[in-house]
Amino acid sequence: MSGRKSKSNNLIQAECLSQVQGILRERFCHQSPHSNLFGVQVQYKHLTELLKRTAIHGESNSVLIIGPRGSGKTMLINHALRELMEAEEVSENVLQVHLNGLLQINDKIALKEITRQLNLENVVGDKVFGSFAENLSFLLEALKKGDRTSSCPVIFILDEFDLFAHHKNQTLLYNLFDISQSAQTPVAVIGLTCRLDILELLEKRVKSRFSHRQIHLMNSFGFPQYLKIFKEQLSLPAVFPDKIFAEKWNENVQSLSEDRSVREVLQKHFNVSKNLRSLHMLLMLALNHVTPSHPFMTATDLVEANQLCSMDSKANIVHGLSVLEICLIIAMKHLNDIYEEEPFNFQMVYNEFQKFVQRKAHSVYNFEKPVVMKAFEHLQQLELIRPIERTTVNAQREYQLMKLLLDNTQIMNALQKYPNCPTDVRQWATSSLSWL
Amino acid sequence: MAHCPTRLRTRQTYSRVDTPSLDRKLHYQTSKEMNVKITDCSTEVLIQVGQFVLIKGDDDENPYVAKLVELFEDGSAPYPKTHARVQWFIRFCEIPVHKQHLLGRKPDAQEVFWYDNCAYDNNINTETIIDNVQVLALAPDEVIPMDLKNEKTFFVKLSWNEKIFKPLSPELLAQWDKLQEGKRRCQKPVAGKNKSIESPSWTTGEHEVKRIESRHSTSKSRQTPSHPVTPRARKRLELNNLGFPRTRNARMSQQTPSALLDSPGSTKRKMAFSEITSPSKRSRPYGSLTSSPDLKAPEETGKIQPSCAKDDKKASPDCCMSLRLRAPALKTETTDERILSPTKGGWKSSVVPSVILKPVNIKKREAKEPEVQDEATSTPHHVRRQSSLLTLNRIRQQLRFLGRSKSDEEEEEFLPAAEISDSSSEEEEAFTPLRPRRKPSSMSRNLRSSLKSPLRTPSKTPKKTPEPRTPNQATPRIRSRNLAAQEPTNALEEARLRLHVSAVPESLPCREQEFQDIYNFVESKLLDCTGGCMYISGVPGTGKTATVHEVIRRLQQAAQENDLPPFQYIEVNGMKLTEPHQVYVQILQKLTGQKATANHAAELLAKRFCTQGASQETTVLLVDELDLLWTQKQDIMYNLFDWPTHKEAQLVVLTIANTMDLPERIMMNRVSSRLGLTRMSFQPYTHSQLRQILLSRLQHLKAFEGDAIQLVARKVAALSGDARRCLDICRRATEICEFSCQMPSSPGLVTTAHLLEAVDEMFSSSYITAIKNSSVLEQSFLRAILAEFRRSGLEEATFQQVYSQHVALCRMEGLPYPTMSETMAVCSHLGSCRLLLVEPSRNDMLLRVRLNVSQDDVLYALKEE
Repeated sequence: MSGRKSKSNNLIQAECLSQVQGILRERFCHQSPHSNLFGVQVQYKHLTELLKRTAIHGESNSVLIIGPRGSGKTMLINHALRELMEAEEVSENVLQVHLNGLLQINDKIALKEITRQLNLENVVGDKVFGSFAENLSFLLEALKKGDRTSSCPVIFILDEFDLFAHHKNQTLLYNLFDISQSAQTPVAVIGLTCRLDILELLEKRVKSRFSHRQIHLMNSFGFPQYLKIFKEQLSLPAVFPDKIFAEKWNENVQSLSEDRSVREVLQKHFNVSKNLRSLHMLLMLALNHVTPSHPFMTATDLVEANQLCSMDSKANIVHGLSVLEICLIIAMKHLNDIYEEEPFNFQMVYNEFQKFVQRKAHSVYNFEKPVVMKAFEHLQQLELIRPIERTTVNAQREYQLMKLLLDNTQIMNALQKYPNCPTDVRQWATSSLSWL
Repeated sequence: MAHCPTRLRTRQTYSRVDTPSLDRKLHYQTSKEMNVKITDCSTEVLIQVGQFVLIKGDDDENPYVAKLVELFEDGSAPYPKTHARVQWFIRFCEIPVHKQHLLGRKPDAQEVFWYDNCAYDNNINTETIIDNVQVLALAPDEVIPMDLKNEKTFFVKLSWNEKIFKPLSPELLAQWDKLQEGKRRCQKPVAGKNKSIESPSWTTGEHEVKRIESRHSTSKSRQTPSHPVTPRARKRLELNNLGFPRTRNARMSQQTPSALLDSPGSTKRKMAFSEITSPSKRSRPYGSLTSSPDLKAPEETGKIQPSCAKDDKKASPDCCMSLRLRAPALKTETTDERILSPTKGGWKSSVVPSVILKPVNIKKREAKEPEVQDEATSTPHHVRRQSSLLTLNRIRQQLRFLGRSKSDEEEEEFLPAAEISDSSSEEEEAFTPLRPRRKPSSMSRNLRSSLKSPLRTPSKTPKKTPEPRTPNQATPRIRSRNLAAQEPTNALEEARLRLHVSAVPESLPCREQEFQDIYNFVESKLLDCTGGCMYISGVPGTGKTATVHEVIRRLQQAAQENDLPPFQYIEVNGMKLTEPHQVYVQILQKLTGQKATANHAAELLAKRFCTQGASQETTVLLVDELDLLWTQKQDIMYNLFDWPTHKEAQLVVLTIANTMDLPERIMMNRVSSRLGLTRMSFQPYTHSQLRQILLSRLQHLKAFEGDAIQLVARKVAALSGDARRCLDICRRATEICEFSCQMPSSPGLVTTAHLLEAVDEMFSSSYITAIKNSSVLEQSFLRAILAEFRRSGLEEATFQQVYSQHVALCRMEGLPYPTMSETMAVCSHLGSCRLLLVEPSRNDMLLRVRLNVSQDDVLYALKEE
């Protein structure tokens, strides 16, 4: 009886959990404008005011939103646009053009995309007709014909703005800013970029036409706020169908945020990076541990997730190497110590390895040279070593100069964790002179 | 084209019917009426002063419409000619395309406009009169009566003076009623009556008339019909005259080569004659006749050009005309038709009676170029002759256009009939070897470029007016908003509106001197009808383009008030081009509405500016952002500066760029030499000037504190002197003021504090804030970099070196050991913000790292905590 009850309970819980997973994953992965904004109220107000003035008064503007990656630039503009579109007098009166520097890699493509999104008359279906030059003059003509009071304002959103600055002559930017500074169709040009030196990228004429409004997003919060954000991000909304479960879940989150180890993990994460995207990544990894048998997130989940996040990828690769390859890396380390970071070639490494093998013949099998060569090449494929660029093409493989891409500390740490490492090898690693 | 054979058959004889009376003042004999007889149509048309007539033009389909004001005969002894003074009417299709929209409605097919422009020649040769027509005046809102809709009736509702459409003046309307009566009796049938009342003086000139006819019939192969006939009518006509046209056509085609060869000879004769009277002018064309035509044309037209502006204007176009007619006979050299028949109204002449105009012109002539006067006066008959040629040409083209539109109409109405007529005309074409003959002849008529032919549509779209936009052609337009834009409600909003860079101020303060210089430059060129270049330089935001725009606006105003000759203004911007050569395409399109490829456009423009003098209107070309037109060969700059040096181009080029030494720096010698030394440099605004600009924009608006304006002016003047910056800062300050104020209804004044905040926002470097707000590891990585730099004494380090420092630092500060991956993430994060300059990450540990901020700034930012 009780077994059946628990079974049905389990079923209900599984149902709830899948919903929880859905809600939280959406929250972590999408920059949905429905989530909350943190610590950017001033900037948000500035931006919405600006957009409203364009939409309602027909005032042309240009603004750059600058902030490091993951600081919520896109989120901010999405929020502002959503609020703008909710206003009744605006929703029908604004055209939006979204461009991304990674997609519109030159002005030609960008122009076609603008024309398509504005749905001008030379657009049929999804195709834009005409050459680059025709498109440009057509678009400019279209924008020029409008005036402040009668034509529909256009909001241009240029994501990865810095990439547009690399276009030839910055034609697109010049024209957009020029429109925003002349009595034509009202436009708002909003650039999103993570580069702080963005203004230096603009050509002087383009720069002069840009209004120099900048909205900086800096992640300027401290750890207490970070903790609050953590709680908010993990909590279930009030509208969650199963109230009891939601209550339980939220209680758990509250207790997590008070847990010392969790705080340590978060503090460590916060120290590395303040941006919310990395927090989302951490929470995502922790969320993956949540199953019907393990319905609530625990501190260990977060600790494990943090370990995954901060793992040294190269050390992991070293763990998977064969003993021969480890020996070669140790030989390289010694060469680096001896020759002070000078590049080495295969022959030098092989000689070093031979010396070790001759001394400790019992611990490592004396591989033949071609086999060692193969191991060497494998290391190169793993990019643990790489040839230095100025080597001549015709140089024999044995004599090609190489550099090690591992730090001494990394090698030592990796060796300590390396399973079944021969003691001799480990000793050899600590000192090249151990045979004395 | 189908009706051409019919046209070949028509012939016109002109004869005066009344006794001439001598006009002392003009030494002309004036008369009241004359006969125009069209042999084929067996009708004779009596033309009277005060009637409306059709006059041959470049376009056969659309002959010009005009009212006869006066008929007279000039006194030149050997070939006295009958002339007429007319009041022009203009068709909608003759109005420049870019001005057609001013009408604001669709014109009726039969609608014409009273042409109110005194700049045009109203003196025509009576030979060019084809027929009389009826022109009815209607009130602007009246509907065109349906029962009168035949092609010989036109309706006037508005007058057109090159700028606006205006309703007709009441006195004009009063005149009309009188005219209507006289109209009725003007046309009487004269079937079979081969009446030719030739005055004695007429016979002397007869051989020349014949020559014209032969030349026209051969070189143009398209004699205008007596009156516009529909294709069906033409067909019927043809059937009536069976036999005759065919043989005649055949004869004509054989005759063509000889006639073509003959025409230069006869012109030579005439040249020799005119040489006596004005050797300076005539000797060259004669000599160069044997040289290649395209070389000759510019020289010649250049010679003749000065007379253009004068009253005897017809001289120059005709001269060019005759040259053009001759040139192809020697060599099938062709040129753009547009050159000859510009869409601009520039070639028509003054509406004002020339009696009034004359003294003015003489004065002008004396003031400027005395030699032009005798040039023009010494060859009056020659001049007149050629004027008739030109007008003939025009009418022919007009007619062609008219015929086409009419046949279009008919196609809609009676499709089968039109088809029949079409097919029959095709048959006819096949029968008579018209095709091969027409091609060279049409080229010879207008020196039409062979390059042009690909543009020609099979339906022979007349190129006099640019092709109307096909219905499927898209109009560039952003959709209009549904709700009206809100008007400013308080002082700050009003100030913001006025401070926007786009707001056009009443005047441009602080640029009075520059304005005056540019104005004088362009004005003098306009008055002299010459060309020239000017180079304007200055850093961005110093009002270069705004000043030029203001100059052009004033000049256009002046032209509107007839203080200045009308001119055409074109603007191109190097930044608004995808590629430097596109500048030709843009200029051509704005000049003529034509579309062409860059190379083709360059050729057409070169022809337009270098080889002909038909355009009597000066073109003012503004080239903004000149430096972007630089190419390896510098051919674009060369052309832009070379065209104004041709006298007939009448091109004023104003160029704008940022650097003062651009001509010396990037231009070849031959380019910069053509640019000349007319330079102007716009200095950055000083603080007092900026202040004045702000004050002038904020007139009578109390939104700023006096100190605040002073502050921003000084700040900006110290930074760049860019007026745009100044305005932007003020605009931002009003926002801050509004934002900081609690009561939105009465926000108060913008204070220095608000302005300082705005200035800070715009100009303060964000690096320090960025460092302050970066994470703990990022900050310690920056510290590690500083430590590494200090250790090595270099400004650059590899990631590996910094990493070891970083690890040591973390150990010291009690931070957990940072793994390589984490540190690399931190490093690339700083790199993406451009706090650091890093190499691409494929170098992994060996990538080199540099600071993008000064070390002091980093130290300052890190110390603060």
